[in-house]
Amino acid sequence: MSRFGIELPGLTLKNPIMPASGCFGFGKEYSQFYDLSLLGAIMVKATTREVRFGNPTPRVAETSSGMLNAIGLQNPGLDHVLQHELKWLEQYDVPIIANVAGSTIEDYEEVAETISRAPNVHALEINISCPNVKEGGIAFGTHPDTARELTEKVKKVSSVPVYIKLSPNVTSITEMALAAEEGGADGLTMINTLLGMRLDSRSGKPVIANKTGGLSGPAIKPVALRMVYEVSQKTALPIIAMGGVSDEMDVIDFISAGASAVAVGTANFVDPFVCPAIIEKLEDRLKEWEIEHIHDLKGRSWMDIGETAYHRT
Amino acid sequence: MIGHQNMKIVSHESIAADIYELVLEGELTKRMTSPGQFVHIKVTTGNDPLLRRPISICSIDPDLNQFTMLYRVSGSGTRVLAERATGASVHVLGPLGNGFPVDYLKHGERALLVGGGIGVPPLYELSKRLTERGVHVTHILGFQTEKAVFYKKEFEALGDTYIATVDGSYGTKGFVTDVADQLSFQPDAYYTCGPAAMLKAVEAKFKDINGFISMEQRMGCGIGACLACVCHVAGDESNLLYKKVCSDGPVFKSGEVVL
Ligand SMILES: Cc1cc2nc3c(=O)[nH]c(=O)nc-3n(C[C@H](O)[C@H](O)[C@H](O)COP(=O)(O)OP(=O)(O)OC[C@H]3O[C@@H](n4cnc5c(N)ncnc54)[C@H](O)[C@@H]3O)c2cc1C
Ligand SMILES: Cc1cc2nc3c(=O)[nH]c(=O)nc-3n(C[C@H](O)[C@H](O)[C@H](O)COP(=O)(O)OP(=O)(O)OC[C@H]3O[C@@H](n4cnc5c(N)ncnc54)[C@H](O)[C@@H]3O)c2cc1C
Ligand SMILES: Cc1cc2nc3c(=O)[nH]c(=O)nc-3n(C[C@H](O)[C@H](O)[C@H](O)COP(=O)(O)O)c2cc1C
Ligand code: FES
Ligand code: FES
Repeated sequence: MSRFGIELPGLTLKNPIMPASGCFGFGKEYSQFYDLSLLGAIMVKATTREVRFGNPTPRVAETSSGMLNAIGLQNPGLDHVLQHELKWLEQYDVPIIANVAGSTIEDYEEVAETISRAPNVHALEINISCPNVKEGGIAFGTHPDTARELTEKVKKVSSVPVYIKLSPNVTSITEMALAAEEGGADGLTMINTLLGMRLDSRSGKPVIANKTGGLSGPAIKPVALRMVYEVSQKTALPIIAMGGVSDEMDVIDFISAGASAVAVGTANFVDPFVCPAIIEKLEDRLKEWEIEHIHDLKGRSWMDIGETAYHRT
Repeated sequence: MIGHQNMKIVSHESIAADIYELVLEGELTKRMTSPGQFVHIKVTTGNDPLLRRPISICSIDPDLNQFTMLYRVSGSGTRVLAERATGASVHVLGPLGNGFPVDYLKHGERALLVGGGIGVPPLYELSKRLTERGVHVTHILGFQTEKAVFYKKEFEALGDTYIATVDGSYGTKGFVTDVADQLSFQPDAYYTCGPAAMLKAVEAKFKDINGFISMEQRMGCGIGACLACVCHVAGDESNLLYKKVCSDGPVFKSGEVVL
């Protein structure tokens, strides 16, 4: 068995690396750089029932070691995603995780039910953590009761396993994770962006038209790592972690914190080849450390030395 | 085809107030074929600044495998770039986007090129290509003030060149559109790049002829994946249609998108 093969609900991953939702479109742009079948999976851009234009521009701004975005769930709508984007992705040997968003619970149910039937969609990622839209998104991701109810409803209609994407913009992310677990979630993905802002120092006005945006990139890695560390000790659900991953050592950190697989977002903008590069370097690193399987490192940040399959000082 | 390469800085000079000319060398140059395309450059390794910076291709020298960019120091990224010395390298992703159509005009036809400030650079390679085809080229270049003026001689070598400065310290006092008011001929097409207000003014002024307009927008990926850089399509009542400046543009036909 390879050092990399991972079985998660709905997903057989050839490696633990996948692009994060919204940072990879529906894959087309990146397919000009490398074979998408190299990836463990692809988390595609959020899909809503109707076509959405999203927020006004400017939609992005740079911050220290990070960036803010307020794209606002722009997407071509459910029908188009099914008929064109997902269809096009069928040529690749890679499981798709469909990111589902909406303004109402009914929206989520409808998108989840329909999109989960696409042949290459192996799991859903329910986006209850978008900080950039007025209705829906994070509104479902900050109250445990709402998150539980939404999870239950989506679970009922989905034909594939359901992962809930958690927001870091809460007092207790563990509480949200447990609510999702109670609602019947099959897994968690975390974290979405942290709400932030940047001002134009001269005018004193926000740089982003939406005023606030979601912070991502290396700047948020310590927060994401801490959250995965906390949540993985409290729930049995597998975690796909993201937040500032840009090289193989970041991946190892998130696995050590308790994640089962890792997604790469903002780093794709800095280097479009980052995903295959990480996969290659990660494999070399595991060989060098003589680790038989990446999951031998899983959770070692909080396990006793005796419990971990691999320990290194 | 988009490529990527660590390219060597072969020359790096200040040519006007806060304006630098940067010449990079490498095989990637061979892919640069269309004036008006841009590159996305990582000014230094590491996380700060994190994102790439979009800069237009100003001129291409395929024989030497070199291309030139002109940029203005404005924020953190360009400030770091300005400190990079000859011999160092920067990572370049490109060429990106769609450039100005050179073959739109035939031998003997007249092109008007209108540039404002740091929107002037992509017009230089364009002007070279147009004049090679035997198109007559007239340039109107606008700057804030005399100290900000650059590439006047280079443009003059290719065709009539008029300069406007807002403070009147050089050339005509006022905007590029003030110079355009005095034109003695009707161009067959115009090509423009510069501040949004200028693009709007130019499009309005030449509404009877076809033009090509290079847009700017804040970018994330630069390749069409993140939807940071969208603009609305002109005449679309639904307000749902969009174009991506990075991959559908940066050059659009006049009347195609909302400026
Ligand atoms: C297609 C295109 C071509 C361009 N060509 C040139 C050129 O040839 N010469 C030149 O000097 N400038 C050009 N610009 C503008 C140039 O990209 C910005 O001046 C530059 O990114 C500013 O970076 P900074 O680090 O100095 O500023 P900062 O304010 O530190 O930048 C922060 C973030 O905002 C973005 N940003 C800031 N200002 C702009 C801007 N005006 N346009 C787009 N993004 C911006 C940066 O890319 C960065 O992501 C072009 C822009 C585009 C979109
Ligand atoms: C490829 C590319 C695309 C760009 N596209 C844009 C863009 O779409 N929007 C944008 O904001 N910036 C754009 N820029 C960048 C832009 O040129 C500068 O970053 C900045 O917006 C203006 O900088 P400046 O101080 O050099 O121009 P300024 O010195 O302020 O203006 C230059 C000249 O433009 C003319 N001008 C300005 N305003 C008007 C007006 N209202 N009416 C008539 N003429 C006017 C004047 O002649 C003026 O001297 C672009 C740059 C590049 C390289
Ligand atoms: C431009 C941009 C768009 C995003 N769009 C989505 C989205 O549509 N759905 C979603 O669940 N997360 C979205 N995210 C969040 C990312 O998937 C990811 O959770 C976050 O950026 C943290 O990872 P990173 O630091 O590696 O970027 C987006 C992030 C960025 C930067
Ligand atoms: S805009 Fe990307 S998750 Fe909301
Ligand atoms: S910058 Fe990402 S789509 Fe244009």
